[in-house]
Amino acid sequence: MATASVANHDVHAHDHHDHEHHDNFITKYIFTQDHKMIGKQFLVTGIFWAIIGGFLSILFRLQLGFPEMNLEWLRPLLGGWIDETGKLDPTFYLALVTMHGTIMVFFVLTAGLSGTFSNFLIPLQIGARDMASGFMNMLSYWFFFLSSVIMFISLFIKTGPAGGGWVVYPPLSALEQAIPGSGLGMTLWLIAMTFFIASSLLGGINYITTVINLRTKGMSFSRLPLTIWAFFLTAVIGLLSFPVLFAAALLLVFDRSFGTSFYLSDIYIGGEALPNTGGSPVLYQHLFWFLGHPEVYIVLLPALGITSEVIATNSRKPIFGYKAMIISMLGITILSFIVWAHHMFVSGMNPFLGSIFMFLTLIIAVPSAVKVFNYLTTLWRGNLIFTPAMLFSIGLVSFFISGGLTGIFLGNSAIDIQLHDTYFVVAHFHLVMGSASFFGLLAGVYHWFPKMFGRMMDARLGYVHFWLTFVGVYMVFFPMHYIGIAGFPRRYYSWTNFEFTNMYTDLNMFVSVAAIITFAAQFIFLFNFFYSMYRGRKATLNPWRSTTLEWTTPINPGHGNWPGEIPTVYRWPYDYSKPGAAEDFIPQTVPFSQTPESNLPHEQELVKLEEEIMKEESEVLVANENKH
Amino acid sequence: MYGFLIGVGVLLLLSIIWMVYRIQTLVSVVKGSDKKVASGSNKINAILFVLFLLGTGILMFWYSIKEFDNYQLPIASEHGVVTDRLFWVTMAVTGIVFLITHILLFIFPYKYQYKENRKATFYPDNNKLEVIWTAVPGVVLAGLVLTGWMAWSDITAPAPENAHVVEIMGYQFAWDVRYPGKDNVLGDYDYRLITASNSHGVDFTDKNAIDDFPSPKVVIPKGEPVLFKIRARDVLHSVFAPHMRLKMDAVPGMPTRFWFVPTKTTEEMRAELNNPEFEYEIACTEICGRGHFSMKKVIEVVEPEAYQKWLAEQKSFIQQNPSLAESLPAEMKELADIQLSESKK
Repeated sequence: MATASVANHDVHAHDHHDHEHHDNFITKYIFTQDHKMIGKQFLVTGIFWAIIGGFLSILFRLQLGFPEMNLEWLRPLLGGWIDETGKLDPTFYLALVTMHGTIMVFFVLTAGLSGTFSNFLIPLQIGARDMASGFMNMLSYWFFFLSSVIMFISLFIKTGPAGGGWVVYPPLSALEQAIPGSGLGMTLWLIAMTFFIASSLLGGINYITTVINLRTKGMSFSRLPLTIWAFFLTAVIGLLSFPVLFAAALLLVFDRSFGTSFYLSDIYIGGEALPNTGGSPVLYQHLFWFLGHPEVYIVLLPALGITSEVIATNSRKPIFGYKAMIISMLGITILSFIVWAHHMFVSGMNPFLGSIFMFLTLIIAVPSAVKVFNYLTTLWRGNLIFTPAMLFSIGLVSFFISGGLTGIFLGNSAIDIQLHDTYFVVAHFHLVMGSASFFGLLAGVYHWFPKMFGRMMDARLGYVHFWLTFVGVYMVFFPMHYIGIAGFPRRYYSWTNFEFTNMYTDLNMFVSVAAIITFAAQFIFLFNFFYSMYRGRKATLNPWRSTTLEWTTPINPGHGNWPGEIPTVYRWPYDYSKPGAAEDFIPQTVPFSQTPESNLPHEQELVKLEEEIMKEESEVLVANENKH
Repeated sequence: MYGFLIGVGVLLLLSIIWMVYRIQTLVSVVKGSDKKVASGSNKINAILFVLFLLGTGILMFWYSIKEFDNYQLPIASEHGVVTDRLFWVTMAVTGIVFLITHILLFIFPYKYQYKENRKATFYPDNNKLEVIWTAVPGVVLAGLVLTGWMAWSDITAPAPENAHVVEIMGYQFAWDVRYPGKDNVLGDYDYRLITASNSHGVDFTDKNAIDDFPSPKVVIPKGEPVLFKIRARDVLHSVFAPHMRLKMDAVPGMPTRFWFVPTKTTEEMRAELNNPEFEYEIACTEICGRGHFSMKKVIEVVEPEAYQKWLAEQKSFIQQNPSLAESLPAEMKELADIQLSESKK
């Protein structure tokens, strides 16, 4: 182990010389291969999409909360989608719901979250000059950009964007006769998602390779910050599951354009019987959810990783149960692949399969519970500093609990019969996956902003932003549980057709108002983000007094991250408030030999090993010097 | 004019916010509070967590109790009692966890907020604790899963032999209902036979189809097993009868089913709810296109005697539309004619 990392280190030292060249505007900001800039590109694109996705949700919340409202004033924007009476077109309503889901799940919470922080933090926190392949990393962003452009264009075409729900189940998504969005809109959706999958895979391969191969000397897997563990496992999940979505999409393309019958059978539509026989729509659902469920963890794990880091730092306390956290994440990673059919209990699949998936699904609640308890114990007897990042992390834990617990209802197939595809599900996943991950994203931005832009975001605006958003999110999604228990189905344009749903107009209005306020509150963040980028208070080297490697780089690190040698790592990343230590944190780069006063007994033994390694290291360095 | 005024108002508001922001930034620079590890805001945030806990906690309990009868739909099927009990047991278990974890999550920030002269406790792990809180949720969840699994097995078990069969077919954007008639066996169907006069695509060369009849609503007897045979003609739909706690997707090319025992007639439910207009409803819960939100079908639950009477009154497809029998082979046509002549008596 020791020898291997010495050799690695040697390679880095040489690498370093190649990076000292000057970039022009295009290679610095556009076709950049610097992981930090690529991370920022993902972030800004993600923010752009979050605004679009959020705005779409406001449009359909207007319809649901104020069904009588005259939406004539939206005509300049929506044109023909507002009919003569000033009402939103029901088909376009479905398109709004579909695009909101697609944008938020893939473009914001996958690319915007994982893309931003995996890129930005992996090399900085493991001590690498850059990603394993800067070029592939650049391609990853530009495939994402291309995908974004195509998806964005699809919002404006005449027949409207895809409208079959973000899951785009065939036959609805396969037949243009069924809904206009299944025409050109769906074609663009499929093309955009293909590029998106390519982007995710290019990124994922890079993250995995970088974490495995480019860790600095001393950075063993057992010393990796939990963020890196989370990004690493996220990339593994993505790499294994996205190709299956690609397969599902490809077969759908065949069914749509080449007359095959993978998903189509016995269909009579638009006054004619289609020739397709023998296909199964349930096959698509299996393939889709084989990605779709792991996708939940692709979205969630990075947020949990970020939270672990932020909570430990701001509690001035080691994260409780570092190993248990890693084991939980490994457990979640593996289990995430074998629970997919809990989305399909009432899809008509064999009920025996339902039983199997119920057992597997409820097992996955155990590692999630362990994570929550560990977060709570980390807060216990800490010395808590409420930076905006810390507030958002605590908010995340709250959402993770609230949304996670309702998962226990839905994972139980007998209870799911009633709750499936009602607002209970909407409440559940918006809390546990949507809002929790979104809070992880925001926590990450507030926490690493100083490293990204060399300036601080304004904390007070951060507090206002947090409290408005935190309360707002609960006001939006908590009432949905009641609506869901009452049986209100999802993706309904209006509820007045049914007696059992012809109520709660007041509650729906309340939800819509809360959604609008919450959405408006995000502009505080936007202002804070862009203003602070140029005019924020100058950051210090280590503003949160954190232990991890990224804070040993210069305030504005160049391409290559560290101007000299890459620092060596001697300890785990959570030595906060160690008894005997003078400061309440000891960075990873401080050797045990320098901290005899705070070393634990087993660490004292490491001192000897450390000295041996350092000796060996200096010999290698001398040998290298002689070669030149 | 209004637009202009609103614009001015927004601008004014923004500039005020801007000024407040600048002033507080300058004040904090003058005071030097931005150099401190934790400013006065730390305490405010800590208190806000506690207020949030209290405020939302009260709001939640108040609303949950006040609205209970609104969101808790009355149950009208035998298995619905079981699944609802599971629901509320799960609610109790998760509710306790929800409260305890949230009380801790919001009290800790207050209790352990930053103090300059205090040091956090270095407490990196405790394997015993980890094992406990892996095992306890494991055992509790195992209990929930087992009860859920038993209920699920019963609900999805094959329907009893004597179940009354009703076929429900979803299409854009309505449900069509077909009854098997006296033989209680539905005739074959083929989607290629669908025409304007044969919306189900019933294959009348199958003798089981001769007595099949359509119905504008689903009529079923109370206290006897009913089997819904569910299919779709164009895209996915999903039969959802909320009071029956029943839901099953309708899949083109793959018939599905769901059986249950209704426990209250429509009349009984009207009396119970004190609502003379009450009807059991079927809604669609799988996105199916423009009219997804309007796929309504009424279920009428009646006493078994009334059901038999109703059955006897119904006219088969062929009786309603004799032309359907015209192109049948001779032998089948004979059967159809017998039925037609019977109905004329």
